[in-house]
Amino acid sequence: MEPAYNEEQMMIRDLARRIAEEKVRPEAARLDEEEEFPYEILEVLKQSDLFAVPVPEQYGGLGMGVTETCIVVEELARACAGVAVTYAAGFLGSIPLVMFGSEEQKARYLPRIARGDLCAFALTEAEAGSDAAGIRTQATKDGDFYVLNGTKQWITNGGEAPIYTVVAVTDRSRGVRGASTFVVEKGMPGFTFGKKEKKMGIRSSATRELVFQDCRIPKENLLGREGHGYLITLKTLDRARPGVAAQAVGICENAVDLCVEYARTRRQSGQVISSFQAVQHLLADMATQTEAAKALLYQTTHYIDSGAQEYSKEAAMCKLFASDVAMKVTTDAVQVFGGYGYMRDYPVEKLMRDAKITQIYEGTNQIQRNVIGGALVKESARKGKRG
Amino acid sequence: MPYNIVVCVKQVPDTTDVKIDPETKTLVREGVPSIVNPFDTYALEEGIRIRERAGGKVTVLSMGPPQAVEALKECLAVGADEAVLLTDRAFAGSDTLATAYALSLAIKKLGTDVVLCGKQAWDGDTAQVGPGVAEELDVPHATYVRKMTLDGGSAIVERLVEGGYERVRVPLPALFTVVKEINEPRLPSLRGKIKAKSAKIPVWGPQDIGADTTRLGLGGSPTEVVRVFSPEVRKRGEVLDMPASEAARYLLSKLEGVIR
Repeated sequence: MEPAYNEEQMMIRDLARRIAEEKVRPEAARLDEEEEFPYEILEVLKQSDLFAVPVPEQYGGLGMGVTETCIVVEELARACAGVAVTYAAGFLGSIPLVMFGSEEQKARYLPRIARGDLCAFALTEAEAGSDAAGIRTQATKDGDFYVLNGTKQWITNGGEAPIYTVVAVTDRSRGVRGASTFVVEKGMPGFTFGKKEKKMGIRSSATRELVFQDCRIPKENLLGREGHGYLITLKTLDRARPGVAAQAVGICENAVDLCVEYARTRRQSGQVISSFQAVQHLLADMATQTEAAKALLYQTTHYIDSGAQEYSKEAAMCKLFASDVAMKVTTDAVQVFGGYGYMRDYPVEKLMRDAKITQIYEGTNQIQRNVIGGALVKESARKGKRG
Repeated sequence: MPYNIVVCVKQVPDTTDVKIDPETKTLVREGVPSIVNPFDTYALEEGIRIRERAGGKVTVLSMGPPQAVEALKECLAVGADEAVLLTDRAFAGSDTLATAYALSLAIKKLGTDVVLCGKQAWDGDTAQVGPGVAEELDVPHATYVRKMTLDGGSAIVERLVEGGYERVRVPLPALFTVVKEINEPRLPSLRGKIKAKSAKIPVWGPQDIGADTTRLGLGGSPTEVVRVFSPEVRKRGEVLDMPASEAARYLLSKLEGVIR
């Protein structure tokens, strides 16, 4: 089922689907096998204006919302989750600029992003992932500059993106209130790239270390105010998490389509396996859960786009649910394909590998549950109810 | 130098499996989604590329039922500047000669240096309308063009011919029909689609182009379709569209069934 899309949303869906089917799907297996970054596909996305979707109109974008962005992510993920996350992580990296950038910062960076310059969001470090307060990367004020030192880890689009939003500590004594966010451009002196990760899934996407060694950035590149880094991080992740759910939903839809088609042609004991109730029930559960995840995803994005101020809980719920569903659905997809499903010559084992990361990144699903649980307790307390 | 480019496009059913109404002997369009004739998308891409290199304007022109406006909007979304639709009851049932006559009058009204067409429509497959338009316009034409370079007042083109290609210089204005080797058509852009959605496309009838109505429609068409038929369906074997190992296993199970 599709949510009640308006005309523009249908246009975006049709265009993204066409690109996914014509340009992405034929390349997906090769990009995965060779761990190759999808330069040519990104060029097509640029030409088609898809990078302009979430950028405000006054900065050269199309001024659309999280819903439209997720439609693009979902459609791309149907064909290849690695390509989808490259696009989605660009969106993630641009959120701090869109939400917290000054007029001057927006005017400088957003038109580039709308034209297709990739972004990356750099929070995670070796000792700090789920624990955002544990980051070590230091930013020291020096006249008109900040000097960055430290290493960021597992940064999606690392090395490929020209624009990075980086969280670093400006005042260690203040804990999470001592973190700040900066815009750093590829090529700034002292900013280099470390290890390129070899991953289980989403292998066409780039995941890399960012290394800052006395990297001097102009003080104008501070986003918001000093000490706002943690708040910016939380707000950014809230807005980006439906994007992970959209990846998960796209993966699920692909899995269901591939399985139904396979079950209708694969024969065992003289009949197609789709005639077996055991297989039909697997397919039924896969499709039902996919629909439920999709419904929650777009319910959430509509809530966000309607102007909601606070949506941590909802964003976490849709990410949590859709990614758990994706893991279940893709595991079952391998089961439907049987022995063939386990072989890399067939497309479904990739889906299972791709699905796994959606339970981990942009906050593990354990963290999502913390967010949801914490919000429930807080909401109840706000209403004045007793425990 | 900038060029005034007209690209002729046809809206066709999105299938190569064309069905023909046995009574009227015309194409059955009901229930089949329509698209821009795929060969015409190469002509449009070439027109846009000429404009991007040399400047000018690309106008797409189509003759067809009112819903052909959708095909023209698709062309605008891809990057055409303007579009014109020829539609009127008087045009209905036109054969290739009458169609070429009507298109040529519209092109005269638009004024042009370069007319581009796909090599043929994938429903009718006649490949006659392009050269027919050139004759009506009384301009030179080159068919099956796989490469073209414009050089001021003339074009140097490579035409696909059996066993190779020939290179010819054609003075402008001229008409060219192109083959799919010429380029790779781009996809529409989102901005283009949004703009095209609200575009007002001028609709011209016979009087707008000063047409002699006796040369239009069924009455103006000397072509008479005597009989249309599909080749007899021959019973064919079972096609195994699956990996070899799986196909072998399936075959074996079939054979075992026969032997027992």
